Amino acid sequence: MDTLTKMVVINSEKVLPSDIVIKLYQSKADVMIKETCFGVIVSGERSVVNTLLDEIRKMDPYGIFIKERGLAPGEQYRCRATRRGGARPGFHSIETENKMLPLIAAALKALDKGEIPKQKQRKKKLDVERFKEIIKQTEVS
Amino acid sequence: MKVFIYPTNSLVLSDLVERFGHEPLAIMQEIGKKVRTQSLDSPPINITPEDPKLGLKYAAVEVPSGVRGRMSLFDPLISNADAAIVVHDPAPSFGCMGCARTNELVNFLIRAKKIPLLELDYPSSEDDAKEFVYKISRFLKSLTEGKK
Repeated sequence: MDTLTKMVVINSEKVLPSDIVIKLYQSKADVMIKETCFGVIVSGERSVVNTLLDEIRKMDPYGIFIKERGLAPGEQYRCRATRRGGARPGFHSIETENKMLPLIAAALKALDKGEIPKQKQRKKKLDVERFKEIIKQTEVS
Repeated sequence: MKVFIYPTNSLVLSDLVERFGHEPLAIMQEIGKKVRTQSLDSPPINITPEDPKLGLKYAAVEVPSGVRGRMSLFDPLISNADAAIVVHDPAPSFGCMGCARTNELVNFLIRAKKIPLLELDYPSSEDDAKEFVYKISRFLKSLTEGKK
């Protein structure tokens, strides 16, 4: 069996991890589910997990973010319960990206409305010739 | 198409690539394979006899073993990539959670592969985020249109 574990990170005003867990249980699919502080971890057969999570995403397309996870929930060598606490590997990455999820959600909404963002004027690097001129001007004779 | 993402464990990039109909190539799937099929505890800290050979494809024997260990995980991602999305200087890959030399090498290899490449910065404001998502969606659409 080709197993797959995916983590669902929730940044929603209308959906809670418990809502997703209930919906997953209602599906009666043969998957392992773990409710966490950031969302839900789902582990099971690849096709089943993908189909289930496609449905879950529809609950709030702008507030639910999904990525694959290497380890299944509760793996002893990564689970904090057996490693006496502390951040597990990957936590810092989620913590950093979790802060920008509201921005990404707003951007996805804008994209669906067909909004085209203004291209920002990027600062150009200083021309070498201009830099040489500045050096000459500031030289103390 | 298979799209390599950097940072290779990014939630945002992985989600956006999948959302826009492509397959993200992320480090999690390689770790998952090793954990599930070879029962390794903590790749790349635990490795198989094949892994050093993969690492040596990219880095010489005198290079720190951490670089070669990481490269053995990155090898299938880099070799299968049809396109890439790279975020510059992501904070989580700096310091003890990352490896600066591996990151430089990965970025170099992706550029050297001459595949379609999108380079971005992580957004810090709503306008930046709109530009970030718009550029990614346009890039991924262009890949689909190019394939047709």
